[in-house]
Amino acid sequence: METRQIGRPLTRNEDPRLLTGRALFVDDVELPGMLHAAFLRSPHARAAIRSIDTDAAKARAGVVAVITAEDLGEYWQPGPLLVPPPPIKGMVFRQRCQVPLAKGEVRHVGEPVVMVVAESRYVAEDAVGDIVVEYEPLPPVIGLEAALSSDSPRVHADLPDNIAADVHQAKGDYAAARAKAAHLIRRRFTYDRGASNPMETRGIVAQWDHKAEKLTVWDTTQAPVFIRNGLAAMLGLSERQVRVVAPFIGGGFGPKMMMFYPEEVLVPWMALRLDRPVKWIEDRLEHFTATTQERSQVHDCELALDARGKILGVRDDFLMDTGAYNPYGLTVPLNSQCTLLNCYDVPAYDSRFRAIYTNRTLVTPYRGAGRQHGIFVMERMLDAAARELGLDRAEIRRRNLIPADAFPYHNELIYQDFAPLTYDSGNYAPILDKALHAIGYAEFAAEKAKARAEGRHLGLGVVCYVEGTGIGPYEGAKVRVQASGKVTLATGVGTQGQGHFTSFAQVVAEQLGVDVRDVEVTTGDTDVFDWGAGTFASRGAVVTGSAAHGAAVEVRTKILKTAAEHFECAEADLVLADGAVSIAGVPENRITLGELARLANPMRGAVKPGTVPGLEATSYFGPQMGATAAGAHAMVIEIDAQTMRPTILRYVVVHDCGTVLNPLILSGQIQGGVAQGIGNAFFEELVWTDDGQLLNASLADYLLPTALDVPRMDVLHTETPSPLNPLGTKGAGEGGAIPVGALFAQAIEDALDLPARGIEVSEIPLSPSRLWEICNPSG
Amino acid sequence: MRRRVTLSINGDAVTREVEPRLLLSDFIRHEAGLTGTHVGCEHGVCGACTIRLDGAPVRSCLIFAVQAEGHEVRTVESLGTPDALSVLQQAFRDAHGLQCGYCTPGILMTMTAFLEENPDPGEEAVRHALSGNLCRCTGYQHIVDAVLLAAKRLRETA
Repeated sequence: METRQIGRPLTRNEDPRLLTGRALFVDDVELPGMLHAAFLRSPHARAAIRSIDTDAAKARAGVVAVITAEDLGEYWQPGPLLVPPPPIKGMVFRQRCQVPLAKGEVRHVGEPVVMVVAESRYVAEDAVGDIVVEYEPLPPVIGLEAALSSDSPRVHADLPDNIAADVHQAKGDYAAARAKAAHLIRRRFTYDRGASNPMETRGIVAQWDHKAEKLTVWDTTQAPVFIRNGLAAMLGLSERQVRVVAPFIGGGFGPKMMMFYPEEVLVPWMALRLDRPVKWIEDRLEHFTATTQERSQVHDCELALDARGKILGVRDDFLMDTGAYNPYGLTVPLNSQCTLLNCYDVPAYDSRFRAIYTNRTLVTPYRGAGRQHGIFVMERMLDAAARELGLDRAEIRRRNLIPADAFPYHNELIYQDFAPLTYDSGNYAPILDKALHAIGYAEFAAEKAKARAEGRHLGLGVVCYVEGTGIGPYEGAKVRVQASGKVTLATGVGTQGQGHFTSFAQVVAEQLGVDVRDVEVTTGDTDVFDWGAGTFASRGAVVTGSAAHGAAVEVRTKILKTAAEHFECAEADLVLADGAVSIAGVPENRITLGELARLANPMRGAVKPGTVPGLEATSYFGPQMGATAAGAHAMVIEIDAQTMRPTILRYVVVHDCGTVLNPLILSGQIQGGVAQGIGNAFFEELVWTDDGQLLNASLADYLLPTALDVPRMDVLHTETPSPLNPLGTKGAGEGGAIPVGALFAQAIEDALDLPARGIEVSEIPLSPSRLWEICNPSG
Repeated sequence: MRRRVTLSINGDAVTREVEPRLLLSDFIRHEAGLTGTHVGCEHGVCGACTIRLDGAPVRSCLIFAVQAEGHEVRTVESLGTPDALSVLQQAFRDAHGLQCGYCTPGILMTMTAFLEENPDPGEEAVRHALSGNLCRCTGYQHIVDAVLLAAKRLRETA
């Protein structure tokens, strides 16, 4: 058997269940006597609620309860601030969190107003149609800049204006950098909203067992432990009385990390009150306005360079649409602010952002979580600078990369994890070189000219990115050898397709000398493990993986100690492999892990003082700061100059996330990230009217990329291990999605020779029609 | 108003009294208890709920259970078992053709039918056949690889 497990491209332990339809998803939970919830949601972006008439709904056969905000009494509370802002000097932060059901005023389309519980979902939806709400529509706050004007309506009437946050951070002396610059480049960029649209929408089932006095909640959350703790507090139960299970989750991508969604507050409360199980499954229409979204920013940026194209400093001022409430604090704009510096040596930075309340759906992190915006701005600025200086676009990047001997590299800003933004390790030049080589950069000019002679428009893009990953606070893992010889690993994070059942098993198997198939992983069940933060910020492999490593190392020590006592020999003489311990050179002197587990948990007899039973250990890992991954994407695109339809001819990813746990899973994470990036760059646009209505709230109108839109891609790696964790790994969940907007913009400009016509691509998302408008500014 | 309806699902006759408006997807999941068929959009776009109706891949969210009266329904549960995966299921595992696995049953049903009619497809044909099923996790490349791998293995054992 292989002794090394980390780094093997193993197929996944969880797949047989998923492939045969046996894996449990939240909507698969069926319980006797279960009721079904449906919600009446606001049709207005902003309106006063004058009256709510629920009589007809209550009278409908099969309806069990109809609940408004008034009916919730003291249970009606704004949600908690999920992520408090880090301590940044001089900042303004005004917290307004979402409410379970709107009271007095609705603040975005899709905000829940009335909850109906009935014997079936069909009846519950019928009853929603019976409810009459008298609204007085009010002028909504939609545009970012309009929201700042002194005569703008206010999303929250008790605030002086629509500013949710105003944060300034600086590094070095930008004014001095500017004063000595040979070139100053100024641009404005917009980067609009997208929706994560996991194939499984949100859902929650709650069951109160009044005999056991225990509430069980199945929830599509990425953070089951915090949902458990929060629900227990809200409902006046002990944490032991609440079990939250995040079973198999059909994709998360960030918005399932948000908490508490109104439905998460209401469904368990209703189950307790009615003493019957209650289920609510979000439909796709609800998902488009009730699940959080991301990405509306407008950046004004200035780049100061010396005569050779070396960056002297950057000044950036951006507005961000945070939606109607901001329970997620400053995570998204701080990611944008910090990630803008990218992989470059920027001596001076002056950055301000204002987060703005609007009457649109809430903004919380979605894969990339604001990093896209920062990367887009910096990469676009470098493209503009290259043109102004007459430099090759790869060369201007190379001249500004942080050199390999400059790590750890301090950016002097406060990052989303409250720690100073420091890049722990990296070696960026080989990444760029590898991408340029793989895409055929040196030969592309000839290729482009040849295609153009045939009437085809080919363009190349190459961009760099960093991804802050693996942030704290901490995760934990418990490893145990069972009497059967098989091993269990339990952790508090939820899983949404990342392969945790396999990659964590590899980490444990590596230490314990067992088959990866014999490590049974439990994630997201608070009755099995109930410490930890959750699955977000590309941190599972880094933080949970390191905790699993720590626990497995401790169990290995216990195994060897128990075996040494058994054989009455020195631990150094023992070999742990193939699920057993043997004496080196005497393979017939062998004891299996199962037998050792039984020895470690004796039924009779005396044990030594201080003995802890079992071959079990629990370990926690909390990194001092995040590990920074990096990479470069390159592609060759063909644009049909008549229809503006893009075809990606080649796509190259070079990614460095330190030690690779499982290259098969990693390549899947990256390819999936790129696919979402492609959707965000060119297919997916949430189209809102000026009065706050979403026009394309269906998958027929909001275009997720299909198998015809996402190309085959080459995924290449470099490995610069992180010194911040014992595995040397960095996260990889979001990197694929981060640079794609910048890549599209550059490649499209190249294909259509737009800069020569005085046109630049300064916005995302694009579409054929929008690109046509950009290329034909006079119409 | 309820109607008695009998469907054949994976070879078993399933009889229930249901409202005429009950979707076939809800019948399969909540009446027959076969929860391997997943529901992603309920407007016929994502393909997660694809089953086979008399052999043809069909979106079960777009027809009512009463319309399937007397017809033959096959779901993902009719393919292999965890210990004996079908050739296509095994290829999905080997090629890492799934991540969260939510869209997977619909894709397996679509591509099982596709491979029966197209035993030796090229990549373009696979991508076209797959383009009616949305996957948000994989970027499709490993799914395409899995289908091509299954086609090869099926040809070798045919």
